Amino acid sequence: MARLLDVLRERLELTGTKEGCGEGECGACTVLLEGRPVLSCLVPLVQCAEREIQTVEGLADSVPSFFEQFVATGGVQCGACTPGIVVTAAALLVESPKPTRDEVQKALAGNLCRCTGYEGIIRALIEEAGR
Amino acid sequence: MLFGATVRSPIPHARIDTIRWQPEKAPAGAFCLTALDLPGPNGVLLLNDDWPILADNEVRHVGEPVALVAAASRLDARRALAAVEVEYTPLDSVLDLSEADPENPLAVIQLEHGDVERALGASDVVVEGEYRTGHQEHIYIECQAMTAWYEPDGALVVKGSMQCPYYVHKALVHALELPPERVRAEATVVGGGFGGKEDYPSLIALHAALLAKATGRPVRIAYDRHEDIVGTTKRHPSVIRHVTGIDEQGQLMAMDVDLLLDGGSYTTLTPVVLSRAALHAGGVYRCPNVRIRARALRTNTATNGAFRGFGAPEAEFAVERQMDRVARAMGLDPLEIRLRNVLEEGDELPTGQVLDDTTSARLCLEKAAALTDFRRRWSELEEERRQRADGEPMRGLGLSAFFHGAGFTGNGERRMRSPVKVALREDGRIEVFTAMIDMGQGSAVVFPQIACEAGGLTEDDLVFAEPDTARVPDSGPTVASRTTMVIGRVLAEAIAETVELVQAWWRGTKDLEEDLTVAEGAVQSPDGSSWTWREVAASYVKEKGSLEVSRRYEPPAWQQLDEETYQGVAYPTYGWGADVVEVEVDPDTLEVKAQKVTAVCEVGKAIHPTLCAGQIEGGTLQAVSWGLMEEVKMEEGRYLNDRLATYIIPTIGDSPEIEVHLLEQPYEGGPFGAKGVGELPMDGGAPAALAAVENATGIWADEIPATPERLTAWQEAGDVVESIAGEATKRSSSED
Ligand code: FES
Ligand code: FES
Repeated sequence: MARLLDVLRERLELTGTKEGCGEGECGACTVLLEGRPVLSCLVPLVQCAEREIQTVEGLADSVPSFFEQFVATGGVQCGACTPGIVVTAAALLVESPKPTRDEVQKALAGNLCRCTGYEGIIRALIEEAGR
Repeated sequence: MLFGATVRSPIPHARIDTIRWQPEKAPAGAFCLTALDLPGPNGVLLLNDDWPILADNEVRHVGEPVALVAAASRLDARRALAAVEVEYTPLDSVLDLSEADPENPLAVIQLEHGDVERALGASDVVVEGEYRTGHQEHIYIECQAMTAWYEPDGALVVKGSMQCPYYVHKALVHALELPPERVRAEATVVGGGFGGKEDYPSLIALHAALLAKATGRPVRIAYDRHEDIVGTTKRHPSVIRHVTGIDEQGQLMAMDVDLLLDGGSYTTLTPVVLSRAALHAGGVYRCPNVRIRARALRTNTATNGAFRGFGAPEAEFAVERQMDRVARAMGLDPLEIRLRNVLEEGDELPTGQVLDDTTSARLCLEKAAALTDFRRRWSELEEERRQRADGEPMRGLGLSAFFHGAGFTGNGERRMRSPVKVALREDGRIEVFTAMIDMGQGSAVVFPQIACEAGGLTEDDLVFAEPDTARVPDSGPTVASRTTMVIGRVLAEAIAETVELVQAWWRGTKDLEEDLTVAEGAVQSPDGSSWTWREVAASYVKEKGSLEVSRRYEPPAWQQLDEETYQGVAYPTYGWGADVVEVEVDPDTLEVKAQKVTAVCEVGKAIHPTLCAGQIEGGTLQAVSWGLMEEVKMEEGRYLNDRLATYIIPTIGDSPEIEVHLLEQPYEGGPFGAKGVGELPMDGGAPAALAAVENATGIWADEIPATPERLTAWQEAGDVVESIAGEATKRSSSED
């Protein structure tokens, strides 16, 4: 059964979405399905019929300032986790436009980052919300 | 394109009797290759070439590559693995350091400064301790992957995630017996490395290249997480024994260190890791008599290789915990024992190197202590622990002081004399050629910044060539915290020289008397005329043809290390740091939650403060989690936790708040004073975290990770601080 992740990356050549584990543990493959974060490595393509999917590429067009914020605060180093984190964070900001440190930690609990120590990511979100 | 997959040994040590390829059981068109099909020597060239590309007669660790298959899709390749039947005869295996043969080491280093035996005899108190650290997995979020193909002209190209394109290049040239100019290694943007993409990419590149050569098709090998954990290198486990002599005033008299690293099954980079471990084993302390005996032993586990810190975190974990033990024995607090012994300008390291005025251990310690009110809070928490009723939450504070030698160890930079090339393009931009890669540490940002600053240019005046061995010179690997300090400096020189040449020529053609200035991309003369850099440089190219400037790194003449005696200068400068970790420990489960880390680091000059702080934040978290939670569990040489669900790294929810303070004591040999920073934060987090657990619980923790299971066992065994204080007093009084 085709995984949404492979369809995105290989068939549609939307390689912004990353694979970090292939089994739902790292969050690098997160995309928005009808506005909600899902792990595309666990989503079979059949579940996506007639539903809206937004990847990091879509967000890059709609909220570029958000990306600049991540860069400015040190929320990105190698970038492998970043697409998943940005996508999850965008969904959080829709629900809670001014998240607390605690809310950020809860929302991003499924997204691993090995580079930043998470501090820059938290700064990015709190500062983005403050704009 | 075909997809490759790897048949791996399920046994830690065995003779290979037969390898049978059964194409009828594999998807149509699948292909298989074994050691018998190799066109040249069966070794991955690094420091030497004992690491087989594919096991020949014998496998020496679980996960060792035995055969390769290729097929039309990833899935087919995986199916083809089942069509390779391997028969083994198991042999005796050595599974950890306690079973390893000390007489057959992978590497040995000895250094002695002063007379340790005599000084130990003359000491008022002698404190002994033994410290252990475990494997650590890199867990870069992007797993290892490589694609290889042959160009129509017959040149071999490999492209993938790698820290060191020229290591890969050399390994391919060696094993495929090709002329260097027929091989290209191209680094993509690297999704995290931490050392894990220093050594191993050479092996995957060879695998992909061999399959491409044999099949005549491009071949891609991409590991999934499971394979990445099972197959690739890890941090060396260590067992380090300290015997320390102290005088009545709490001054160090003698340090005797016996350091063992588990090198795994092949040499890879182990001798250099051992060397850095030995050179950091004395920590940031002044001691007139030091002996360090360091050995790396062989075991039947995956090869251990480069990991951020490169042996220094293991060595500094041990010495920092030993200082805490000494403090307990002497009845001093952790800050006091350090302040009494910390290295200062003019002091000597065990190598005899005399430290210069960029020695900042005391500065960092004092700053970290002041920021956290360490002394008062530590004592209060000690008191709180003694008074505490069962079941109350336990809080603690721990301190560490650390340093990290910047750049290659010893004479490494002198052997390389790393070049950087810059060239003027027709449009007046300067193109920069280095082999350095950005794996998240930010050289893609810092290099342009250095170049702009050095030349008075803007980023639009610069173009950075991709790290492709066909285009860039061998400016060495992206490792050892050397990128900014070493290559950044050469880059600054090359740019400054280019700008100088061009502006002098321009002045000549314009018949101007006085020097021109170049700032923010504009060339200005004192009379007020001004041109853009690009128009000036473009006319240079038009008039005089292209301009190329190559500069090489020349390490300071005084950086010379005698590789026999280990006396001399191992590093031209050091980064310094102090961490204070605050933890809360669950009284029932002994689960430790790190709540806050205050990290003070002296980095020479923070060229880009956000990125520099980011290196420290990320490195600190890797260090704290190495100390508290990261554990590679093995049984009979097999990995029990080879998934992200079972090998646990911190999530955003488990992570402490990390507060970074950057201090600057410029090092004249680095660009604008910068020292290397990438690895420094890896050295301090673990010992400080365990010290905090000790402050909170009274449990003497000398092995990492300090998991709840281990803490419970130590507590039950009576390994508590009171027993240490007693032990040392007894020793000193019985010797009176
Ligand atoms: S790749 Fe989907 S969660 Fe890791
Ligand atoms: S930036 Fe590298 S994993 Fe998050």
